[in-house]
Amino acid sequence: MSAKIITITSGKGGVGKTTAVANIAVALASDGKKVCCIDGDIGLRNLDVVMGLENRIVYDLVDVIEGRCRLRQAMIRDKRLPELYLIPAAQTRDKSAVSPSDMVRLCDELRPEVDWVLIDSPAGIERGFRNAIAAADEVLVITNPEVSAVRDADRVVGLLEAEGKGAPSLVINRLNPSMVRNHDMLSAEDVLDLLAIPLIGIVPEDESVIVGTNRGTPIALDGKSKAGQAFRNIALRLQGQQVPFLDLDAHDGLWARLQRLTGRK
Amino acid sequence: MSSFFERLSGRPSSAQSAKERLQLVLIHDRTDLTPAELEALKDDILTVISRHVDIDPDAVQIGLERRGREQRLVADIPLKSVSRRHAG
Repeated sequence: MSAKIITITSGKGGVGKTTAVANIAVALASDGKKVCCIDGDIGLRNLDVVMGLENRIVYDLVDVIEGRCRLRQAMIRDKRLPELYLIPAAQTRDKSAVSPSDMVRLCDELRPEVDWVLIDSPAGIERGFRNAIAAADEVLVITNPEVSAVRDADRVVGLLEAEGKGAPSLVINRLNPSMVRNHDMLSAEDVLDLLAIPLIGIVPEDESVIVGTNRGTPIALDGKSKAGQAFRNIALRLQGQQVPFLDLDAHDGLWARLQRLTGRK
Repeated sequence: MSSFFERLSGRPSSAQSAKERLQLVLIHDRTDLTPAELEALKDDILTVISRHVDIDPDAVQIGLERRGREQRLVADIPLKSVSRRHAG
């Protein structure tokens, strides 16, 4: 095995990095792949709660890097999926506890063990971001169709280009199709035109994301939610499959469709 | 619904203003060039060019353009023709 290492980053906080990591990881693991997630947000640990693994933490990322445990001991195994693991962030340390070369070394050790490594980057463009992208083979930039999120995503894309990381792929998260139709939200095309990087996924705004996070059950595990489907599609595209983008209009009620028919959009 | 009234009122939709504002902001973020610095650059370019050829400063257009992730400084500088210069 030689894992592919993917980092998910955004610049701005709160756009859905952690949710995306948890759901893409769950989707890859459901496809039978061996996946390890790393929470790169040292001091603000969260991937553990989103994945529902918070009660099982013994060792963390900094423990591995500082030699207090072996890599295997810090990998928490998810009970729902046999081949899904999490290396949690340290909660009582800060970003300076890890260096970019530490991350490269850790990921090199992880590479022969799994198929995919997903790194959850902290918000910002400082040390934590540098650590998170150091070992990445591929970077996904996630944004919301909203002015400040797009601007910050553009900064991050510029920094990744300057680092020689190549063009990252774009995830547009929390798109609200009815607001887009009313011209009250940037469309996926608008965001794509502004950022000018390849698109890998569009995830609609979906209340079940919050319900899933409440329970520690990523929604990609359940078959019904649209956002879950969108995350599963991203996982398929990462694996090289051509998957058409979801028709986000299909979920509309009769009223919205009638409005469009009568040209009232 | 708001966009319906906006179209009645002739104002651009909020999505449209978001896009236009972002287009401008991203150009300046990417080039690290403020609008004031761009003005100063334009003035310098005009000074250098008019040292060699006759130009009409009011007809000059210099601006930043975005093509994908690339920014270009695009200048359109009409030159006054020799005959017109002699006639004038």
